Amino acid sequence: MKFSESWLRSFVATDRSSDELSHLLTMAGLEVEEVEAVAPAFTHVVVGHVLEVSKHPNADRLNVCRVDIGNGNIAQIVCGAPNVAAGMKVPCALPGAVLPGEFVIKVAKVRGIESSGMLCSAKELGIDEDASGLLPLAADATAGDDVRRLLDLDDRLLTLKLTPNRADCLSLTGIAREVAALTHTPAQFPAITTVPVTGKASRAVELTAPNACPRYCGRVISGVNAHAATPEWMLRRLQRSGLRPISALVDITNYVMLELGQPLHAFDNAKLTGTVRARMAHAGETLRLLNEQTVTLTDDILVIADDAKALAMAGIMGGDDSAISLETRELFLESAFFAPAAIAGRARRYAFSSDASHRFERGVDFAATRQALERASELVLAICGGAAGPVREAQAELPARPPVRLRTARVARVLGVNFTPAQIAQVCEHLGFSFTQENDAFVVTPPSYRFDIEIEEDLIEEIARLHGYDNIPSLPPRAPLTMLAQSEDARTLHRLRQTIADRGYQEVINFAFVEEAREADFAANNDLIRLANPIASQLAVMRSSLLGGLVGTLQTNLRRRQNRVRVFETGRCFKRDAAGTPVAGFKQAWHLGGLAFGGAAPEQWGSAARSVDFFDVKADLEALFLPAVARFEKTTHPALHPGRAARILLDGEPIGVIGELHPQWAQKYELPHAPIVFELELAALTKTHVPSYAEFSRQPPAIRDIALVVDQNLELQAILDGLAGHCPALVQELRLFDVYTGKGVPQGKKSLAFRIVMQDTEKTLQDTDVDSSMQKLIDYALSAFSAQFRV
Amino acid sequence: MQTLDPILQEAVAAFAATDDADALEQVKARFLGKSGSITALLKGLGALPADERKAAGAAINRIKEGVEAALNARREALRQQALAARLAEEALDVTLPGRGETRGGLHPVTRTLERIEALFRSIGFDVADGPEIETDFFNFTALNTPADHPARSMHDTFYLQDENGGVADGILLRTHTSPIQARYMQAHVARYKHLDTMPEIRIIAPGRVYRVDSDATHSPMFHQVEGLWIGESVSFADLKGVVADFLRRFFESDDLQVRFRPSFFPFTEPSAEIDVAFMGGALKGRWLEIAGCGMVHPNVLRHAGIDPERYTGFAFGFGPDRLTMLRYGVNDLRLFFDGDLRFLRQFV
Repeated sequence: MKFSESWLRSFVATDRSSDELSHLLTMAGLEVEEVEAVAPAFTHVVVGHVLEVSKHPNADRLNVCRVDIGNGNIAQIVCGAPNVAAGMKVPCALPGAVLPGEFVIKVAKVRGIESSGMLCSAKELGIDEDASGLLPLAADATAGDDVRRLLDLDDRLLTLKLTPNRADCLSLTGIAREVAALTHTPAQFPAITTVPVTGKASRAVELTAPNACPRYCGRVISGVNAHAATPEWMLRRLQRSGLRPISALVDITNYVMLELGQPLHAFDNAKLTGTVRARMAHAGETLRLLNEQTVTLTDDILVIADDAKALAMAGIMGGDDSAISLETRELFLESAFFAPAAIAGRARRYAFSSDASHRFERGVDFAATRQALERASELVLAICGGAAGPVREAQAELPARPPVRLRTARVARVLGVNFTPAQIAQVCEHLGFSFTQENDAFVVTPPSYRFDIEIEEDLIEEIARLHGYDNIPSLPPRAPLTMLAQSEDARTLHRLRQTIADRGYQEVINFAFVEEAREADFAANNDLIRLANPIASQLAVMRSSLLGGLVGTLQTNLRRRQNRVRVFETGRCFKRDAAGTPVAGFKQAWHLGGLAFGGAAPEQWGSAARSVDFFDVKADLEALFLPAVARFEKTTHPALHPGRAARILLDGEPIGVIGELHPQWAQKYELPHAPIVFELELAALTKTHVPSYAEFSRQPPAIRDIALVVDQNLELQAILDGLAGHCPALVQELRLFDVYTGKGVPQGKKSLAFRIVMQDTEKTLQDTDVDSSMQKLIDYALSAFSAQFRV
Repeated sequence: MQTLDPILQEAVAAFAATDDADALEQVKARFLGKSGSITALLKGLGALPADERKAAGAAINRIKEGVEAALNARREALRQQALAARLAEEALDVTLPGRGETRGGLHPVTRTLERIEALFRSIGFDVADGPEIETDFFNFTALNTPADHPARSMHDTFYLQDENGGVADGILLRTHTSPIQARYMQAHVARYKHLDTMPEIRIIAPGRVYRVDSDATHSPMFHQVEGLWIGESVSFADLKGVVADFLRRFFESDDLQVRFRPSFFPFTEPSAEIDVAFMGGALKGRWLEIAGCGMVHPNVLRHAGIDPERYTGFAFGFGPDRLTMLRYGVNDLRLFFDGDLRFLRQFV
């Protein structure tokens, strides 16, 4: 809501400065979003009356003017404006004037002729872009009068960012009422008189949807001159409120809407037939609107119709067919109350909004319907002439304003500060709320223009607001001190993030919506969750995997010449799942995903450079899982190299994958080589256990190494699993320490070297015990894995 | 026995002339070896008359001890010398960088979320979480924002598509973290329905939220932290106290200016917008909008099964992205979601 400060001040004579007024409004919940000066600073510009214009003897395009600058002083001024003419009244900058841009006016000779001042265009005064000629001033302006005062250029424009509950402040009257309440200054509104009914024409009105439109007033005004010019003062106020002048009749309806908050609509009465009624639209009914959009209506949309057809979307926008034009001679002027529920959301459905719908869906004063019509009538008669017919009014049940009980004790409880009944009564008085007092409570009846006072808390907010939120103390809260649970068998998300970050990964946050292709490539997702209204096609599908985003992060960084990238993200991923909770149909699990690309270590002097590989990243995950030990099983995955991909199991449950990105994706996404990536379900990682002490042997261990030559394709895990089941009791630890192929190992085979640590809990081991245990192990290995013993 | 001293002098000189352990041992043989001069003197003792033998023996032994002492001294000196040489050789350029992996870091917004959680934990707030694909009911209706409420236009909502390419009914991406409070309250009530007095609810709920908005100062995905405190005597003054305390602790600035001004949210009444102003820095003296808050609307409490006559409470919603920007001087929101390591590494 944008408005002129001087218009507001014409209603409420507060002595607060402009800045104080803005602050006051902001701190009362009517946030002043912007304050603009109407004109930049300038001085000594007065109304000049051009008396004579004669050609400049030395310049074709210049004129020499004799200008009355007031108090009987006549100045000679050289002027180059094409529109200068004798008899005109124009802004005249006198010598000594400082115009915008620090432009100082002096007496000077222009091509040999003395010029004592300058006649100004709107642009030279900084009030408009129009530089085509002098700014014509009103013919009745008095020469010598200050132009700033004449044009009210010290005015400022305030833009309020109103919250949806304060529809009452969508008018100057409403804002003035608010300022009056805040400053304890009475507001003075123009008296609204009932215009004399001199016309006979009238049109019947009828309510057929009384819930949606409980009050409708209309009147015919005949013999209007639609060509009449909108008066200067009205134009100025409209323009300063951001409204474009259209024609006198339209301007008047807009003006009354700004002044009183009541949107009006003017129909060309000649285009109406029969009774005007507010009814619900018939489904499928079409209507061409003033914005030239043709809409197909549904039966929950209220229309204004005559006997023939729908004329307007009630309270939203008029129809093109019945619109007034410059040819209109007879007007049907509507002022109605439409219920917010009947208007809310409807314009949005058709992807537009209007000043009228904005007001009606928030609530318009239903007690002022008729005054607004009278006010508009008065202005029409004064500006466009004509004869007003009788007001026809149809009324059903208007919104109730049930009294709201306000307990003094409740105020204290909610706000944490005590208010005396006298203070509360004063707030109600300032706000113009009528009330009665009973014991420790007030019974308050909200006025018709307030749609936001329904419950006790609403009144408590009013008390706090008028008292000033700043004046409510900030208290250190009091509560029973109880400790929060700290589950040692759970790891927090932060802890997991920190652990992976400590392994060299940088956290990123990617959008949860991705490009469809990434879901297909990295997750083979063919059951996409699409947005109905994405902001862009590459942000149209909810991710089911973090990998697409992480590859995107890699691409971003490669473009920026970052050649080593280790990143991770934690976030929700989304899949359709009939059993999903808490929102049925969707699984929204937290994932932890990571990507490593480039050197195994940051580029350095101290060790041979090599690219990060599967086992580097596997070690990072193993560290993350500790104390749990995960199993890695060969797998296939749409994103991954088929020979370099594993699924990860914790306690037998699959919790994620790790692998090298499939070379085809490396190629498609223009990566110089494939990164190693992983993705885990976070829930599985948060579980851990409370440590529990177990006895350990203090006896010296015996250590033996063996090497087994096995089939190249035999996985280590199979050997470890087998050995684990057949290990003699003495074996405490069995660790792979070398994998070898090449000289000495037959083609198709590999040599695996294990270190075996044996220990007895009771006694020092004898060589014979060690040897027999080793033999058992070797015998088992040789037979179970067709292994050969390598010396 | 005057003739013996030159042997000691000779030995001392000979030892000093050696510059490594092996040479020293060879020189030692000249004096103490089987055919060394001192060994020879000792051997010659037997040829002396018995009355001279004792004195001569003592003199030779003195010389021998002297030679041995000189030998040991030289050995030690050579050992020190060798050690010094080795140590010198082993010296490193300690300014070379360390080897191996460095540490990564957390995203600056995560860093902020951790600090927020820690600060609120210190006064007993637990952390709650909730779904990002949310129902219209929890995102709006349970928060006192029925369909077509004008407040819905404050939230440009992403909706999901249904199977036919239309708009799925009642399913959306949450536009704020407030649905978590609605869900949490319901669950809390169910958990404690056997008790006469419901234990207080004190939670914060951080998370990602979504709105159809994308420009220099808006991201279609951003973060919020919801806070909620419900109890038998929680007031607006408490809200002011908690929020102001939090902001001063978060920015570590005791002179941070905090102001509350009336606003509107369907799920709180009274409602407030929170502004802060710094006393120094680039933004000195400017009021910056930083959060919305208010006393939980009785309808929201009722929706969750809480009696608003008995319990009151407050809720607030902060934008951690904005807090992060203000805290670290980040001037472009889009940097948070761009993944540029040159930006992110600044927060390690």
